[in-house]
Amino acid sequence: MRTHHLPIQGATCQGCAKKIRTALGAVPGADEIQVDLDEQTVTVRGDARPEALTRALAESGYGVKPAPEPEPEPEPEPESEGSDSARSGGDIQLAITGATCASCVRSIETALGGVAGVREASMNLADHSARVSGQAAPRDLIRAVESAGYGASVIDDPRRADQEREEREQAHYRQLLRHTGYGLGVGAPLMLWGLLGGSMTVQPGTWSQAAWLAVGVITLAVLAVPGRPFFVGAWKALRHHNANMDTLIALGTGTAWLYSMVVVLAPGLVPEAARHVYFEASAMIIGLISLGLALEVRARGKTSAAVKRLLDLRAKTARVLRDGGEQDIPVEQVVAGDRVRVRPGEKIAVDGEVEEGSSRLDESMLTGEPMPVAKGPGDSVAAGTLNEGGTLIYRATRVGADTALARIIELVKKAQGTKPPIGRLADQVSAVFVPTIMLIAVAAALVWFNVGPQPPFSHMMVAATTVLIIACPCALGLATPMSVMVGVGKAAEYGILIRQGEALQTAADLDTVVLDKTGTITEGRPALTRVLAADGDTEEEVLTLAASLEAGSEHPLARAIMTAAEERGLSPRSVSDFQALNGKGVSARLDGATLRLGNRRWLEQEGVTLALQDQAAALSEDAATPLFLARDDRVIGVLGVADRIKDDAAEAIRRLRERGLRVIMITGDIQASADAIARQAGVDEVLAEVLPEDKAREVKRLQQDGAKVAMVGDGINDAPALAQADVGFAIGTGTDVAIESAAITLMSGSLHGVADAMAISRATLGNIKQNLFGAFVYNSLGVPVAAGLLYPFTGWLLSPVIAGAAMSLSSVTVVSNANRLRFFKPNKADRRTADGRHDS
Amino acid sequence: MSWLINLSGLALMALIVWWFWLAGAGKARRATHGAVDIIVDDGVYEPAVIESNAGEPLSLRFERRDASPCAEQVVFHGLDVSEYLPVGETTTVTLTPEQPGTYRFTCQMNMYQGKLIVH
Repeated sequence: MRTHHLPIQGATCQGCAKKIRTALGAVPGADEIQVDLDEQTVTVRGDARPEALTRALAESGYGVKPAPEPEPEPEPEPESEGSDSARSGGDIQLAITGATCASCVRSIETALGGVAGVREASMNLADHSARVSGQAAPRDLIRAVESAGYGASVIDDPRRADQEREEREQAHYRQLLRHTGYGLGVGAPLMLWGLLGGSMTVQPGTWSQAAWLAVGVITLAVLAVPGRPFFVGAWKALRHHNANMDTLIALGTGTAWLYSMVVVLAPGLVPEAARHVYFEASAMIIGLISLGLALEVRARGKTSAAVKRLLDLRAKTARVLRDGGEQDIPVEQVVAGDRVRVRPGEKIAVDGEVEEGSSRLDESMLTGEPMPVAKGPGDSVAAGTLNEGGTLIYRATRVGADTALARIIELVKKAQGTKPPIGRLADQVSAVFVPTIMLIAVAAALVWFNVGPQPPFSHMMVAATTVLIIACPCALGLATPMSVMVGVGKAAEYGILIRQGEALQTAADLDTVVLDKTGTITEGRPALTRVLAADGDTEEEVLTLAASLEAGSEHPLARAIMTAAEERGLSPRSVSDFQALNGKGVSARLDGATLRLGNRRWLEQEGVTLALQDQAAALSEDAATPLFLARDDRVIGVLGVADRIKDDAAEAIRRLRERGLRVIMITGDIQASADAIARQAGVDEVLAEVLPEDKAREVKRLQQDGAKVAMVGDGINDAPALAQADVGFAIGTGTDVAIESAAITLMSGSLHGVADAMAISRATLGNIKQNLFGAFVYNSLGVPVAAGLLYPFTGWLLSPVIAGAAMSLSSVTVVSNANRLRFFKPNKADRRTADGRHDS
Repeated sequence: MSWLINLSGLALMALIVWWFWLAGAGKARRATHGAVDIIVDDGVYEPAVIESNAGEPLSLRFERRDASPCAEQVVFHGLDVSEYLPVGETTTVTLTPEQPGTYRFTCQMNMYQGKLIVH
């Protein structure tokens, strides 16, 4: 048995002492360990080897380093994919585990500071993260923290990544503006010179030849610097047997420059009348097209605003209850099973289930429903929603990419990339567009050469260049995707998730809507609709007694009564001798009297005197189940319980019918009760007594009769019918809905979503048609005019500069027109009245 | 003289037709272990032709270097797959083509063009 005294450093708290004891305790032979925080020493008794103890101490992060060790050569590891290289240069944020006290902070910062390439490392104990700036590789940093006795992982901060991306896009935008400046700076003075009567022709042997040579060199610089991307792109595409917009621009500007250069250098080759130079055209086109691209970048930023809005809903940190304490940690580190506290005004960080507390959550950002939703223990909460009321503690159930919000973002992004069939023609055209334009340009030049006026060469050049420049494959290619992007994003704002571009097109020309009854038109759970009291009793008394009877029951009808009593602030009294009789009702004793609540037949059998029979019959007609409440041998009240239709269902169905749609309700209920609901909802037709498995067949039958059918159902039981329909709408309550189950998912339970989705689809499709029409008309008018078709009749031949301006305008117009969709409101007036009713 | 110009014009047109439509689309890259790195820059996918076998999972790692919005998205026609490509990052697209055939993958505007040949 020996005793070792070892110096330590940085240990200031009991937590550190515990860590040191644990670290040393793992060394074989260390029997007794005492940490003296005042003296900064540790005493170890036992047969342990001193080197092993020193090493363990160093690993725990509290050892005294004799001298800074040289960094070990990093092991040659395969480059980890993308993320490492992308991050180098920026700040790296690490999540640190195991750090409990201020001195841990120092040892971690020291450890990180020792890694090669680290400029600065600072640790934040409050959120257990460390920020490192410099050029270090993340895996070296993690290793350093781990060898200091703590855990570390890289925090992938999506917000920071977004920010970097935005910066890069900004840089691209500024570069395009600079290019515009260069191009127009050179081109505009030249063009002005020509317009003001200056000579644009070359007289061989005079000063003008030298001057134009200088201009030619300057223009070459414009082509080489701001024009470089077009030429590089054109060359690379050419090697791949491809041709794109770059090809057209490079060919157009290149041809104009080359022709002009030939005129300048060898005027003898060109007839005197054709010794015109077109340097201004090359420079102006580069400038104008860069300007067009810059405007497009700007306008495009707005088209993805919907996704950005969703991304911004993500919470950054979560207050997690771990190890008896509370800590704010980055949301990426929350794991399923964590208990999370959310305070008023904060966002829900991850999906979960409420364990304690009650509050109201604003879910409008996900569901489009403006009314906050009450939440209490057992209710589920969704990431991204806003806590408006009290404090909640919930258990995380789905985190990271599994949350409803993350899946919605993923879905919207994916859907924005899909194309409705209407865009296919444009796709086919744009696939062969550029080579076709090149053929037209050459053909036009040949026609000008053979039948055109003198001098042929300059006319050939102008016609070919103008054709190449005016043709705009972008407008054609952008027409559909831009509108789809904005339309799908717009729908997401209203809590409508459109999965494919195809649904967008189909939803625009539906003529029949089949609505499932339970959960679609109705709430999907029974609720108390009426309370009727016999003479001498009040409604409150009847409801209180009914609630007292049902307090012990788990039956859905009992829950409906309990909820209603709670809403009216009535508290049930305690009863004795509770009995539940299956299929009949319940009975119990209260204040010496026997209370019974059940159906009429049972009470009749028990010899109770009936009352309120007419009112009960009226309830039945409204598809409610009447429950009779009897005290001893007399009925004192009737309660109507029904699966109520949703508050705004009738309003939404009216909207659908006003749009000219045939609205059909489908249900397994018997005809009579189906008719009652149908009357309240105001549907055109009822398909009653349909077995769940036959719903798809009914939809098919409608389709065979020539109808374009939308099926609206819950996405689980109705899945086959949703799949059979031309467009399936899965309707959800809140964020629980299975969003992959149908072409269109309505996050809010409201049927207004169906009307809204159709309105948005129609608007989007209209927008696509405008764009496609514009793009086709532009190209099919612009190209012939540029080729000189009007020349024989009017003497007009377009200038290549005008062509450049027209071309950049055309794609900006398409993007701007798509952006108009952002201001579209699907029948706002209707919704407002419905909401008003909801409020009252 | 004029016949020479006409002839070279027609020859140029023939060349355009041959080069862009008739000649092959360059060398195909076979997926090794189901993965291919594709660089998105200067208006082209590099490599632009990918070969794979039906039923095999394929991960295509797109590294977008071009900041222009044209390159923003890659769309696989006929496979119902599309993905955003954040600029400066590598984005992995995983898909399993079940049917043999040739699938085009392009940017939204069909300017970037590539082919996925499934055997």
